[in-house]
Amino acid sequence: MITLKIDGLPVTALEGTTVLEAAQSVGIRIPTLCNYEGLSPYGACRICLVELVRGKTSRLEASCTLPVAQGMTVITNSEKVKHARKVILELLLASCPNSKTLQDMAANMGLNKVRFKVKDRNCILCGLCVRMCASQMRSGGIGFVGRGTSRRVSTPFASHPEECRNCGACEWVCPACERACTAGSLKDALCGGCQNREPVQTCEICVKCSESVGPKGHKVF
Amino acid sequence: MAQEVESIQRKVDAVVDRNGGGRDSLISVLQDVQSEFRYLPEGALRRVASRLRLPLIQVFGVATFFRAFSLRPRGKHLVTVCLGTACHVRGAQKVVEEAERQLGVKAGETTSDMKYTLETVNCLGACALGPILVLDSVYHGQMNPGKVKEVLTGSLAVAPPLRMKHPAVQPTRKLSVPRKEYGKTKVNRRPGTP
Amino acid sequence: MAKLRSIEDLEHLRNRILKARDPRKQIITVCGGTGCLACGATKVFETLRKELAKKRLGNKIGLKFTGCHGFCERGPLVVVYPEKIMYQRVQPEDANELIEKTIQKKEIIERLLYTDPATGKKIVYEHEVPFYAKQTRLIFGNNGLIEPTKIEDYLAIGGYSALAKVLFEMKPQQIIDEVKKANLRGRGGGGFPAGRKWEETRNAPSRDGIRYVICNADEGDPGAYKDRSLVEGNPHSVLEGMIIGAYAIGATEGYFYVRNEYPLAVKNVTIAIDKCRKLGLLGKNILGSHFDFDIKVSRGGGAFICGESTALMASLEGKIGEPRFKHIHTAIRGLWNRPSNLNNVETWANVPLIINRGAKWYSTIGTGSSKGTKIFSLVGKVKNTGLVEVPMGAPLRKIVYEIGGGLRDGKKFKAVQTGGPSGGCIPESLLDMPVDYEKMTEAGSMMGSGGMIVMDEDTCMVDIARYFLNFLTEESCGKCTPCREGIDRMLDILNSITGGSATMEDLSLLEELAGVVKEASLCQLGQTAPNPVLSTLNYFREEYVAHIQEKRCPARVCKALINFEVDPENCTGCGKCVKICPSGAASGEKKKPHRIDEKKCIKCGLCRDNCKFNAIVVS
Repeated sequence: MITLKIDGLPVTALEGTTVLEAAQSVGIRIPTLCNYEGLSPYGACRICLVELVRGKTSRLEASCTLPVAQGMTVITNSEKVKHARKVILELLLASCPNSKTLQDMAANMGLNKVRFKVKDRNCILCGLCVRMCASQMRSGGIGFVGRGTSRRVSTPFASHPEECRNCGACEWVCPACERACTAGSLKDALCGGCQNREPVQTCEICVKCSESVGPKGHKVF
Repeated sequence: MAQEVESIQRKVDAVVDRNGGGRDSLISVLQDVQSEFRYLPEGALRRVASRLRLPLIQVFGVATFFRAFSLRPRGKHLVTVCLGTACHVRGAQKVVEEAERQLGVKAGETTSDMKYTLETVNCLGACALGPILVLDSVYHGQMNPGKVKEVLTGSLAVAPPLRMKHPAVQPTRKLSVPRKEYGKTKVNRRPGTP
Repeated sequence: MAKLRSIEDLEHLRNRILKARDPRKQIITVCGGTGCLACGATKVFETLRKELAKKRLGNKIGLKFTGCHGFCERGPLVVVYPEKIMYQRVQPEDANELIEKTIQKKEIIERLLYTDPATGKKIVYEHEVPFYAKQTRLIFGNNGLIEPTKIEDYLAIGGYSALAKVLFEMKPQQIIDEVKKANLRGRGGGGFPAGRKWEETRNAPSRDGIRYVICNADEGDPGAYKDRSLVEGNPHSVLEGMIIGAYAIGATEGYFYVRNEYPLAVKNVTIAIDKCRKLGLLGKNILGSHFDFDIKVSRGGGAFICGESTALMASLEGKIGEPRFKHIHTAIRGLWNRPSNLNNVETWANVPLIINRGAKWYSTIGTGSSKGTKIFSLVGKVKNTGLVEVPMGAPLRKIVYEIGGGLRDGKKFKAVQTGGPSGGCIPESLLDMPVDYEKMTEAGSMMGSGGMIVMDEDTCMVDIARYFLNFLTEESCGKCTPCREGIDRMLDILNSITGGSATMEDLSLLEELAGVVKEASLCQLGQTAPNPVLSTLNYFREEYVAHIQEKRCPARVCKALINFEVDPENCTGCGKCVKICPSGAASGEKKKPHRIDEKKCIKCGLCRDNCKFNAIVVS
């Protein structure tokens, strides 16, 4: 058994547990996107960052891939962490603006403005669909293609692959594009979604959802 | 068509066998296949996947990840301009732009007559001679925008450097681009030569 | 040559080779490094061979096509032994004269000698040339004596004696201790103590007992080519290091990962491995020691990220070069989930030296924390471009000015960029700093793999930052958000700065983004990607501000901020610019001052480069 400190709380965990799992076991919530129970951790989205303190210095590490170690000191909500998370989310929103999950996360973090030009990829490249297909469904129908900003999830030669059994697991596990934010037409909107503490200035990329709900803004979640 | 498919398969099989047949030979195999066909045809990739017992998406992913590989046929002549830092500092960007102008394509593209493919590479490791333009495995150093046309039309009188077998390129063929009248040009002298 | 089955066999072979060589015999060595090859060294070599044959001297006079000598600026290089007379910029036409005068009549050809710019005198002997004299060429110096495809040459200079010593006189732990004592640190950039890595790999549990040693020859840093020259010129030194390492670690399989863009390196190392196998220096029961080890050559596919150890191993496994987290070291779980020790080419090449001459001797070279020598590729706006080997701790000024000869074209020094896209720029104020791992990092840069790019007043530092970010957006694997998206957005901002449309807010956003990318990225590519931006901002902030607030590029590089104009006082109306201009922007009547149409001008600079009267001005 390993003992470590998360946000000042002493936590015990088995060797091989990740810091994310250890934190969750004591009820500390760390936001995640590319993490999924049952799939081995990937560490790509970097939303689950925590601050690992070592003496006078500290480093940001992804908690989903960080194994617990004896005497570790971890902080999940320092200013450094919160700022990094916000910027990363901002970057994600700039490349996948219509994602309800991202919009919700943004609202919870108090992120209202995206300062980058929107280049809509409609995918956050978390890899859940690919990993699901490969390791759970043992298929290999879809995968990552290309590199860098041209990286995308696709099938070989962009055609329907033989290996695909149409199981739908990739669609089901996707955290970002499950349902696009459609607050423009309220009856389709899944609102109750983007809660904010105060009447929000319209997010530049959002479709004026605050106006569609009412002048006082939303209830706090 | 069936014959073509068979011939592709046979060639691929030869390459796979030559490289040992293991999963760790995937990149080497793809390079040899690329040398053979001058690009990676779909049929070849499917055969590689089946021979190496890898999911097709993995082979396809690798083929699209690495720069050495092209899924589209390349031109007969490969023009590569080095954009490494040392070359950049000596003005390689202008050489690329001039090459783009001369060939009428952007870097990464092939001319419509399939004669030339223009590419950039991020360092060839011959930094003392930058900027460098490689035409069909022949290195031309100390390039400047003014020399580009001559090199492309083959009229530059440079001691023929070693023809290093660039894996991605077929053996050299004679250039068939017509010589254009250029007017008097400066004699190529390396800076600092007495 | 028969297989060697014992140390005695090895020594017998070595003695036979040495006996067959007359130290007084004249040997002409031609540098066959890539730089010289591109200058026509092959033709020089061929012509020399033909001329020797014509004069029936082929048997009396030796002719070798060696690896890179290092003084790339002056290629093609020819060195005549045993006197070590050095000729530079040799052309095929000089071959006949070389043989008649220098070989047959023992006369020196003055015009082919190197002139020392400081004294104006001609220098005859290679070891007196300041470029070489000021270096400490422990590793690289052997290149001039070896024809890379001939294992005999390597044996003749004592090659594989370290291996023999290790296999029969030392135990694996002793070897590791020796390497630890020598404090050999990784020469690929990370600077991690090699001995510790070896020990970790040796002690890591392996289900089936298989461990790997890997040589990282995926030199992706643009501007660095020292690994290339070592592999092309003296592959056996690297192989010997690997075999010693494998024995110490207990590995039976090795991989030599060479990048795709180095075909000659692939060729030479493959030949070298083949020769080793034939002699029994690789394979089963090496030299009768019961140690089995073999190496496979693997080619890269053209991805800078594959220089990173976990990405390299992924690509060896036939997957895309995606790095993974390194909380669990590759020494414990690496290639195919087995303990794997990965080291850079130069690191391996240092091993035989340490074994032969001892860790104690080795640790007398260098500084407190960085021992031994380091090879740098000194390129850019410096007079003597080439490969330079100096002891750790040598002052940067010495490298740039004494060895490099200072700036070319009489320009002023501005900065030295080290560490490739992961490094930073070191300004003039820090020129006296000793070059070692810690000091480089303190200055905001990195030792990196050894690229040293000298920049002068005509280099725009903002453009350099933009260049590196552009490089990195193309090379990022795309797995993690901060690197994939963050670097791309940083590039957007830099493009707007060099394009003249940025605001000071953009600059703050750039810094904020740089901080997050640095802290949050998964691998070293992303974590060090902001370094060029941060270091140029640190030392050259005024250039950024000028670009933003004054829309001015002080170095006159950024196209959107400069204008090409004709100076009517100097223009003679010769019309050259009109002929050369690709966009038809230059125009004018004969003998009258010409004009450049701003709207058509694409800022290619051809007019300025070709105007004999300095009549084209950039503002």
